[in-house]
Amino acid sequence: MSAPATEAIAEAAAELLAHLEMRQGDALRAHTIERGELTVTVGLGSLKDVVQFLQHDENCRFSTLVDITAVDYPERARRFEVVYHFLSMYRNHRIRVKCPVGEDQMVPSITDLHPSANWFEREVFDMFGILFSGHPDLRRILTDYGFRGYPLRKDFPTTGYTEVRYDDVTKRVVYEPVKLVQEYRQFDFMSPWEGADYILPGDEKTGA
Amino acid sequence: MMDGSVNQDVLTPEQKIRNFNLNFGPQHPAAHGVLRLVLELDGEIVERCDPHIGLLHRGTEKLMESRTYLQNLPYFDRLDYVAPMNQEHAWCLAIENLTGVEVPRRAQLIRVLYSEIGRILSHLLNVTTQAMDVGALTPPLWGFEEREKLMIFYERACGARLHAAYFRPGGVHQDLPPALLDDIEDWCGTFPKVLDDIDGLLTENRIFKQRNCDIGVVSEQEILDWGYSGVMVRGSGLAWDLRRAQPYECYDEFDFKVPVGKNGDCYDRYLCRMAEMRESLKIMLQAIEKLRAPEGQGDVLARGKITPPPRSEMKTSMEALIHHFKLYTEGFHVPAGEVYAAVEAPKGEFGVYLVADGTNQPYRAKIRAPGYLHLQSMDHVCKGHQLADVAAIIGTMDVVFGEIDR
Repeated sequence: MSAPATEAIAEAAAELLAHLEMRQGDALRAHTIERGELTVTVGLGSLKDVVQFLQHDENCRFSTLVDITAVDYPERARRFEVVYHFLSMYRNHRIRVKCPVGEDQMVPSITDLHPSANWFEREVFDMFGILFSGHPDLRRILTDYGFRGYPLRKDFPTTGYTEVRYDDVTKRVVYEPVKLVQEYRQFDFMSPWEGADYILPGDEKTGA
Repeated sequence: MMDGSVNQDVLTPEQKIRNFNLNFGPQHPAAHGVLRLVLELDGEIVERCDPHIGLLHRGTEKLMESRTYLQNLPYFDRLDYVAPMNQEHAWCLAIENLTGVEVPRRAQLIRVLYSEIGRILSHLLNVTTQAMDVGALTPPLWGFEEREKLMIFYERACGARLHAAYFRPGGVHQDLPPALLDDIEDWCGTFPKVLDDIDGLLTENRIFKQRNCDIGVVSEQEILDWGYSGVMVRGSGLAWDLRRAQPYECYDEFDFKVPVGKNGDCYDRYLCRMAEMRESLKIMLQAIEKLRAPEGQGDVLARGKITPPPRSEMKTSMEALIHHFKLYTEGFHVPAGEVYAAVEAPKGEFGVYLVADGTNQPYRAKIRAPGYLHLQSMDHVCKGHQLADVAAIIGTMDVVFGEIDR
């Protein structure tokens, strides 16, 4: 895309942010405009009000829900960040709404405002174990029937815990604990000059 | 009754019937993949429709978190496997946006050309198999012949018919030979004839119209409620196309129309797809012309840290060799940040939400597939339709389970 177009988008995002700050200033905890993308952070309590405002306000009209997802930051006090993307086909702009959520907290469901949130919230529940209050049908969606654990959490191993195979003796599919014939290879690509947070072998002598 | 009174429908126990539950799939030819629909039927009328998805779930998003950015690229071919390069495009755009890489013009034009080939690939498959779902057997035979030719163009560009891995962050993998451009141009000349043939078979066909007109009507409010995109929106008369509304790459230079429907039913969506294929042809011809122009010459990769050095340089320069080795083992590092990049894929808005933490692997990558939202509204759209219409509606929603189940 050409540079003037990117500038115009950033300008429009700034205008939108100013409008939001004026009308919903109390709800916004943080906001950024990066690469022309407007991101606002709201608390759990005001999430639904903000979504409703975005949907119906004449200058926003974020009537299409594009995506709901979550990101896991295990080191944070509030572990998850639920991320909403909205699009306005009328005003032709986008916004990202983020909401930090603790492991024991429930997120208000927005299915009554956006029916399309249904499967997205089910997926977030399935993948991260975040519960949504007021959701009509919070079942697992993508994982296997009877699956346990929340795969997209950072503490869930990529290999999972169970594996499936067809057993020729019993003539049916059996579930077994994962047996790895070799250690799962997870390379550390950080350069030892910048990335290592441990003391390299031998380096402890320098201090002595 | 006998005494002349009305409303005396006393039902015998045999007549008291309960609704019939039906499993549609997981292996059903009209389900377009591994979809299991649990249908509750009252006679032949669908009362409730509960799609069970995830039978093709491969954990792409989890796998992506432990692979480098470049290693993740081929996963995108395997999402919507009908139009692989369009998905790669979204991933490349996300990375380029975060790293701030400017793609060379020739690469941009090649990307546009191949995105449009992907669009025709997808629409051809959809239009013809949807016709098969409603009873026409010939269109798939004709359409697949053309798809075969297009896949050969894929193969000649990158060596693979389906899983291309051709779009790379910073450009495209290799330049196109001039003979390939000539052949694509020739094909663009012959394809309208095939479209006319399919058009002649279907558009005015009585059975085809009976099965598709006024089926699965989508209103403007439903588009917003259910987050539709792509043809599902345009079929109902909203001229929403990301290529036009939020132009990416160099789509703003191209002259094309955005076809829209009037009634928002299955038939209008079929017409939209047919018209879009003709528009794609126009874009392809323009792209070929631009590729031949002097401004369209040059490198196809933005040479830098995220792309490999030219092969010839590697033979003479030690640094280039090291660069090549480091790029394909460690990969490149993407600065921390987050970005949402969307493209107008044949099926709708395909987006990638990428959270980078400054390492060589994405911290989190969310794939936003258009089919996921379309399929979600199955219950809403199918309610009150006949059982046979379910197949027509699934067909016109254009669902592919590679991208829905991820």
